[in-house]
Amino acid sequence: MATVKLTNIKKSFGDVDIIKGVSLGIEDREFCVFVGPSGCGKSTLLRLIAGLEEITGGDLFIDGVRSNDVPPPKRGLAMVFQSYALYPHMSVADNMGFSLKLGHVAKEERDKKVNDAARVLQLEPLLHRKPKELSGGQRQRVAIGRAIVRNPKVFLFDEPLSNLDAALRVQMRIELTRLHDVLAATMIYVTHDQVEAMTMANKIVVLQAGLIEQVGSPLELYHHPNNKFVAGFIGSPKMNFLSGTVTGVKDGVVSVRLAGGGAIAVPVEGRMNGGTEVTLGIRPEHLKVVTDGGLLRGEVLVVERLGGETFLHVKTATGDLLTIQADGDSPVNMHDTIGLQANPADCHLFDQTGLAIHRTTRHPLAGRKAPDASHSAS
Amino acid sequence: MNKALRRKIIVTAAAWAVALVIFFPILWMFFTGFKTEVDAVAVPPHIFFSPTVENYVAVQERADYLKFFWNSIVVSVGSTVLALAIAVPCAYAMAFFPTKRTKDTLVWMLSTKALPAVGVLVPIYLIFRDLGLLDTRTGLLIVYTLVNLPIVCWMLFSFFKEVPREVLEAGRMDGAQPKEELYHLLLPLSLPGIASTSLLAIILSWNEAFWSLNLTAANAAPLTAFIASFSSPEGLFWAKLSAASTMAIAPILIFGWMSQRQLVRGLTFGAVK
Repeated sequence: MATVKLTNIKKSFGDVDIIKGVSLGIEDREFCVFVGPSGCGKSTLLRLIAGLEEITGGDLFIDGVRSNDVPPPKRGLAMVFQSYALYPHMSVADNMGFSLKLGHVAKEERDKKVNDAARVLQLEPLLHRKPKELSGGQRQRVAIGRAIVRNPKVFLFDEPLSNLDAALRVQMRIELTRLHDVLAATMIYVTHDQVEAMTMANKIVVLQAGLIEQVGSPLELYHHPNNKFVAGFIGSPKMNFLSGTVTGVKDGVVSVRLAGGGAIAVPVEGRMNGGTEVTLGIRPEHLKVVTDGGLLRGEVLVVERLGGETFLHVKTATGDLLTIQADGDSPVNMHDTIGLQANPADCHLFDQTGLAIHRTTRHPLAGRKAPDASHSAS
Repeated sequence: MNKALRRKIIVTAAAWAVALVIFFPILWMFFTGFKTEVDAVAVPPHIFFSPTVENYVAVQERADYLKFFWNSIVVSVGSTVLALAIAVPCAYAMAFFPTKRTKDTLVWMLSTKALPAVGVLVPIYLIFRDLGLLDTRTGLLIVYTLVNLPIVCWMLFSFFKEVPREVLEAGRMDGAQPKEELYHLLLPLSLPGIASTSLLAIILSWNEAFWSLNLTAANAAPLTAFIASFSSPEGLFWAKLSAASTMAIAPILIFGWMSQRQLVRGLTFGAVK
């Protein structure tokens, strides 16, 4: 059992407020990912949980015990750093066994635990090497091994894959997910990469400017973003946003006329008046290319062919730049004029403040509706 | 001749010239130590002379070299160890737990070096007299420690700054208390820096003359006082003075030569980062 609970956590460096009141509950065995643009406070939040920074306000509970003033070693957490932070003068085995040595664990038991962890991570042939003799991926595994050996209540990861090349990152992502399953441990993971967040998390916490924008499962954030920020941050390529005006509301369907002229009826739970300005959001994968008619028309500026899929960058008559994910075999060429169509059920609507107008039907895999982010932990 | 080669020759020649200018007085002193007093003061100087060791014999007869030598060793090594013991925790705190005033503190420390030593001679002399520290190795050791403390602190601070913060944080997460962090991580990781800092402190203490001449007499005098004792009221005996000086600087010169790699690394630190 290892839970972490944050209640209105605040952190200031001098006059600068970095974390402005974060409340969050992390369940036992959950893989929780903090994601957000750089400078949003996600790493600081992790360091507050680790005890490497002092909490300015609010309460931190680890396994139900208030831990604001508990020193880092006593919190029972292990952390994997972005730079790996291995001890350069110690062998791999000594790196992994350092915490046990400090804890005065007998040498035999120490060796056994180090060997067990090394086996899980396939580090056995490297145990006698120094960190500088290892590749980036191997160093990363040693850093994870060092965390495993401690058998912590919670694993903390601070952007652990950002120093690895793309291929290795994908491989380590899979290894970490597998490790989470094998160890059945609670993990908190910080990244700026929404792909890592989507692929690994049970629960994603989207942060911006020191505040939580939304907490939810990957598919909940994807299908039911709370606001324009989350909608734009989750999903790759980014969601397309188009401005429009409400023309009518009837039976849970809001009719919207786009600035470019097209009209669409979106099934959302809105109670709004005609004439209200709204933003329509459509993901690149939900726009279909049609030859005649369509919701929108525009000129293809760039065609990016990835083989399995093709990204089209289209400029509409109103000057909006849209991204469309088409088939790999899409016959569209540069400078073609194409029409774009979307299924209304795949569209999102946002009001003038950027808040989402909730959809009438929930996606079956998005899970039950989470309470509003800002009150989610109480 | 191409441009690059010409440039290389000029730079090399200039470097040799500068090295010679710096080294020449020491070389001259070394030779003078083997001349007779008459040869030593001859004008124009004698380039060729029949070497003699009579000066060395005379110097040893007049003063007990080993006693001065031992005093030099005790105060320079002792003051270095003491300065390190004070500076390591100090630099550790400043490097890893800086406050708003850390920068100012560092500058203030260095600014104390701008004060001429003679400015505090009288108060220190009186304090030493009252405490019975005049002409004691302990007294000199304390003064040297304090004199070198700013530079030792400053150097250790910059070496500690080089140790990645995350490595120490990893240690903290692994359960290291500050003492263990220092012993298992920070000290081993900054060992080269600590070594060059120590070397510099030893050399500075060894060569220090102002305090040793003013605060010591017969008992605690180090080698700098040994040299000075050969400038007597009857006049300078250049050959004997040179012999004494050679004996005084030989140990530190050899020591410096052996540790030059560490020294260069330490002194150019920050400049080549």
